[in-house]
Amino acid sequence: MPKVEEEKGFVEILNSRYKLRGLFHIIEANQPIYNKDTGKLAGVTNPRDVTYIHSYGGEAIFFESLSKGKLMASRCDNEKCESKGSIYEPFRIFCPDCLRKNTIVDITEKAQKTAKIHSFIITHRSGAFNILPKPIKFINVEFDEEVVTILMSVLVVGEPEIGKRIIPIFRIKSPTYTIMDLMFVVKGTTESELPEKFSF
Amino acid sequence: MIKFSEKQLRIPKLMRPVYLVTVGMSKFDRAFPETRTEELCVDALTAAADFVNMTPSELKQYIHTCYYGHFADHFGDQLLGEAVVHDRLGLDPLGNIGVKTGGATGGSTMWEAVKAVASGYSDCALALGWERMDEVPTDEGNHLISCAADKDWETPLGHIYTGYYAVMAQRYWKIFGKEEDSFRNTMAEIAVKNRGYARMNPHAHGPMKITVEDVIKSPIVAYPLRTLDCCLMSVGSACGIVCDEKTAYEITDKPLRIYIAAGSHTLRVADRRDMKIPLLPNEKPNQYDNLGKKFPGGDRYPGFTSFLAARISAYYAYHMSGVVDPTEDLDIVELHDAFTISDIQTYEDIGIRPYGEGRNYIESGDAYVVNPHTKKPGKLPSNPCGGLIGCMHAVGATGLMQIAEIGYHIWNRWDEIHESEEKWNSFGRKKPKDWTSLQVKGAKRGLAISHAGVGSHVTCTILMNPNNLIKED
Ligand SMILES: [Zn+2]
Repeated sequence: MPKVEEEKGFVEILNSRYKLRGLFHIIEANQPIYNKDTGKLAGVTNPRDVTYIHSYGGEAIFFESLSKGKLMASRCDNEKCESKGSIYEPFRIFCPDCLRKNTIVDITEKAQKTAKIHSFIITHRSGAFNILPKPIKFINVEFDEEVVTILMSVLVVGEPEIGKRIIPIFRIKSPTYTIMDLMFVVKGTTESELPEKFSF
Repeated sequence: MIKFSEKQLRIPKLMRPVYLVTVGMSKFDRAFPETRTEELCVDALTAAADFVNMTPSELKQYIHTCYYGHFADHFGDQLLGEAVVHDRLGLDPLGNIGVKTGGATGGSTMWEAVKAVASGYSDCALALGWERMDEVPTDEGNHLISCAADKDWETPLGHIYTGYYAVMAQRYWKIFGKEEDSFRNTMAEIAVKNRGYARMNPHAHGPMKITVEDVIKSPIVAYPLRTLDCCLMSVGSACGIVCDEKTAYEITDKPLRIYIAAGSHTLRVADRRDMKIPLLPNEKPNQYDNLGKKFPGGDRYPGFTSFLAARISAYYAYHMSGVVDPTEDLDIVELHDAFTISDIQTYEDIGIRPYGEGRNYIESGDAYVVNPHTKKPGKLPSNPCGGLIGCMHAVGATGLMQIAEIGYHIWNRWDEIHESEEKWNSFGRKKPKDWTSLQVKGAKRGLAISHAGVGSHVTCTILMNPNNLIKED
């Protein structure tokens, strides 16, 4: 059951310190575990309700940009690096070879023009906290040759197939500021077919 | 295109020979609602003492440092679980350390123990691993496992690790399997073989007498993978003890030489960049020039179809130990069959077959204890314990169980561990009427692969009878 507003925890940063407001865990009493066959105590349950506070650090720009309908990546522009010109998506803050800070680049248009499915999987399984509708269609997205990596995402309109052209969509209305704000649809999908809150 | 320097590809060297002297393991099962983890670890160490006719206290007198493999402590809500186990094993005040490398944890734990002995720091080191995944609801367990993926870029997508993994299976299935029914059957044969072998193993958690048809009709997990293509999720413990030569012969007159090496690759499959295929001793330059022609889409390496970490661990370990062709030089292997299809990928990564031809290892019958075509001994039997599909996958213990199993074959004591009616009964399991020995006769050398998730860590362990070494020290 989702928590009501008063049960939620919120975090802000003030003067370089986390400031917390609201509720961060609700205590629930533990329960004994009995063996029904022997009538003997075997153990106890330990309910836990934990909220993690997590910094995106240098990747924050990527997640913030999704909420504005932009797909940001990063590129090594170090003249002396063998990997110069390589674009990384997933976004990498540093070049994995020279460890210099990468340049942030907008690849929204590149994605619209070149994104295609490298591999995929359809599964009805999921873990706790999943909010994607099932079956989930996992896809791995390749772009043009400048992008040297293959992004993992999900396809929400159309059937996946290796090599199929796809288009990114963004959750601009009430974004979650997570990777869930980026999804893909097959090329040719119309605005009206997009999931609620998403647009091209 | 990424490259590796000569210094990075230097062949690892142990400063003195290291020997495996004894091994042990507990019963493996899906859940142990009335047993603490420490009890299972005590079972494993006690079994190791029994194996060399010592009491646990006698054996413990030799141990100098301890390496504990336990991957998922967030499942247990207990940090420093290693310290709990160390105390319950009564091994204070010895130095000890925890090792965590996902599915490769067991192998990595042994890697640490071997290096401790090789360096001279210790003359005798314990590598002991365990895992406990039965103490949370299944869907929360799925979430906790998915935390081994990237928490920002992958985990929020479904909280299901299979989703991040199976995309590789899909690509191998389409490109190298060509979506053929015959390839699908070969995958199924692995499940039939390993679950069938597990029937002869009292420790095993998932024995089944099944057919190819059963596998192909089992529910889909993520196409092309079906329930019976996937490994178990188990609880249990396994251990091994390694020594320098002098100490080894004080404990047993039959220690085994051990070589071990490790490799790695990106946590996210997404980050794999294109590279040239690093070659193993039995491969030739230009051998793979036509790979993309033979298998369109198969020219990106390692792409989604190979495991660089497995290849590099084999590269180091083969050169360390003198292995040139694993099929010729080895007698038995225990591979990390997390899924039937990844097992086939591993055959190629470690050079049992060239890239693109992994399926032939099963189809030829070489991978069986008894080759089903010729009824003669298989050339290089794989996973007679049942593997991860039939025996167990208790993450931190898995790699150590595999090493133990290879040891039993080379010691020619496989039957002793797997036959005793008394053991079957004590585990509450019924020994099958058609129980058959799977001892690989005359085994002198073997290999175990311990592998993490999508391939972030892999270790390659090679055991040899000291009278049958390939390379002089
Ligand atoms: Zn660079």
